[in-house]
Amino acid sequence: MAPVLFYFFAIMTLVFAVAVVANRNPVASALSLVVSFLGLAALFVGLDAYFIAVIQVLVYAGAVMVLFLFIIMLLDLRAEERRRVNIFAFVGGGLVAVAFVAQIWMVLQRFEAGKTAFLPLPAERIDDVRNVGRILFSTHNLPFQVIGVLILVATIGVVVLSKRELK
Amino acid sequence: MDFFFQLPWWLIVTSLAKTIFLIFLVVLPMVSYTVYAERRVSALIQDRLGPNRTGFPLTLLGFKKDFSPGLGGLGQPIADAVKFLLKEDFVPGHVNKLYFWLAPCLAMMPAIVTLAAIPFGSYLFGEKMVVADINVGLLFMFAISSVGVYGIVLAGWSSNSKYPFLGGIRSTSQMISYELAMGLSAVPVLLICGSTGLGAITDYQVREGWLLVPFTDGGLSLREVLLWIPLVLAFITFSISMFAETNRLPFDLPESETELVAGYHTEYSSMKFALFFLGEYTAMIAGSALIVVLFLGGWHLPLIPNGANQGGLEFLHAIPAWIWGIVNITVFFAKVAVLLFIFIWVRWTLPRFRFDQLMKLGWLYLFEIALVNIFLTAGILAFTK
Amino acid sequence: MAYVVPRPNLTWKEKIYLPSIVAGLAITIKHLKRMLFGQTKVVMQYPEEKWDSHMPDHYRGAPTLVKDEHGRERCVACQLCEFICPPRCIAIKPGEIPAESRFAKVEKYPEEFSIDMTRCIYCGMCEEVCPEQAIFLRKDYSITGTTRGALMHDKARLYELGGVFTGLVHKWNPKK
Repeated sequence: MAPVLFYFFAIMTLVFAVAVVANRNPVASALSLVVSFLGLAALFVGLDAYFIAVIQVLVYAGAVMVLFLFIIMLLDLRAEERRRVNIFAFVGGGLVAVAFVAQIWMVLQRFEAGKTAFLPLPAERIDDVRNVGRILFSTHNLPFQVIGVLILVATIGVVVLSKRELK
Repeated sequence: MDFFFQLPWWLIVTSLAKTIFLIFLVVLPMVSYTVYAERRVSALIQDRLGPNRTGFPLTLLGFKKDFSPGLGGLGQPIADAVKFLLKEDFVPGHVNKLYFWLAPCLAMMPAIVTLAAIPFGSYLFGEKMVVADINVGLLFMFAISSVGVYGIVLAGWSSNSKYPFLGGIRSTSQMISYELAMGLSAVPVLLICGSTGLGAITDYQVREGWLLVPFTDGGLSLREVLLWIPLVLAFITFSISMFAETNRLPFDLPESETELVAGYHTEYSSMKFALFFLGEYTAMIAGSALIVVLFLGGWHLPLIPNGANQGGLEFLHAIPAWIWGIVNITVFFAKVAVLLFIFIWVRWTLPRFRFDQLMKLGWLYLFEIALVNIFLTAGILAFTK
Repeated sequence: MAYVVPRPNLTWKEKIYLPSIVAGLAITIKHLKRMLFGQTKVVMQYPEEKWDSHMPDHYRGAPTLVKDEHGRERCVACQLCEFICPPRCIAIKPGEIPAESRFAKVEKYPEEFSIDMTRCIYCGMCEEVCPEQAIFLRKDYSITGTTRGALMHDKARLYELGGVFTGLVHKWNPKK
């Protein structure tokens, strides 16, 4: 990926990520998050990870955020816009963010493998869907199955909870 | 300056050429003539005639007589476009301006972007006839078309008016529900072809026969006969989901006229409305193209060689390869046109579903059938190896 | 009293809908085929084919003024039609017939008589109210013009459209 494109999409991701927090209007926040996801997907494409990029768009931008937006649309947005800034929460949140960035910076300083350049990727296409599947079902088979059961349990739980409320 | 010389200029030029050809020379004219076909076919089905005498209004320019070129109503799409461009672009006072402007663009763009992954021909002058031959083509199409929901959601929400809002909500829940059924019913195809790239799926069908019509490669093995059962099921569930995804008639609840005026685009007029219209029909074309690629062999027609003069009948190789390349492209869009006709035909036959019936069909039947179908296909593939 | 509508028990074939959907598609494609091959003839191609010969006698087209068989105008400028006209599209300027005239008995004639066809609603009340049977709704339905002025039917135009109408008219009847 050309560096220009990398910087373009990286800045797009970051700016819209900030916009998610900064916007007063929840719909604008949700849409900024979608744009941020799209920028992230573009960065994945730059790393030749098409599968991850597409799944990023399909799952997060296409399904999760649509549901979010769906819920936000049903809320009373004026109540949200009237809310005043809590100065302590604002400062506290800022401190946590700064601490987090500092931590990442310190970790990256000591990350030896990150200092050498990666070998160039093979020129021919990587069949990443096949590779992801193969790894999931061989080396990471147990965690994969456990996650499957976990999601099943969560689904059944949701069905039970929502059925009870109907009575 | 160095940066510019590193750019793959040839790739950019050919991609641009293919994009312009696909969008401006094929798909957008196809969209406007699909609208025309919709009007003509609906009229014929209802024993009427439809627009059959659109000419050029030369009297407006001071001529004595109007000129009708004897093409019947084929000028109608041009007249429609001119009408849309000249109408007043009215923005009601109660809307949320920014999102009101954004929504039509968001409804139109994803539908066009999905076309990038579709292999609409074999080769032409050595160039592969697909804008972006990515190895996750099918997932790419699903991903981008799922982004298309935003246009409708925003249109419904930003209009600040009850019917568009209800239409937007209906459309969102409908599209999310049917995306699942659609994605799952395409999985058997991926299992059989062993790839998510649309080009690879087409190549498989050229080699082994179209998935829905397995004897196009000349022979019929036991495996193909067995696989035909899940594939027909997949085709039916996929097509039904496609109708729901594109908001076509048995499932056009987001814009059901009798209940919601016009659904999410009630408050829109002029070119903004036209963008919704274009987006809907482009999505229809992209959907038909996807069905053609997945089940009906893409650009392939038995006995016809591809654009590099491979395959097909031997004696046809004497004719230059680029002719066959053009023939392949024509075949592809002919198949798409047939599917578009079926879209229209179904629209003017079936009555509209009720919303709970729609949800029930999606979640209780199509979803389950698609899931069982995956197991069936996998089983058949495992036992006939 | 509540009336319970019995729900039909559907067979599985009816439940999956597909056979009836196919049947419906067959019906519509049959109609399409018949239209394509010109086997159904329902639609009339308007400017070339017209419905004039099928027009019923009571058809209410453009209102017109009529003359009698001697070429005399029937209207006596009583202005009843002007007053009853719901959209008020009739305008009459009555003129007096001089005493030395042969027709002095009639007293009045319309100096100007105009019907604004952009406003006329073809209700036929003028025809009903006219005591002299001078105004009739004829079968002209295609009243067009490129200006508003062209749609303002003046006296000459109204007589041109109306023509001659024979029959008993009160004002020439000496006994009345």
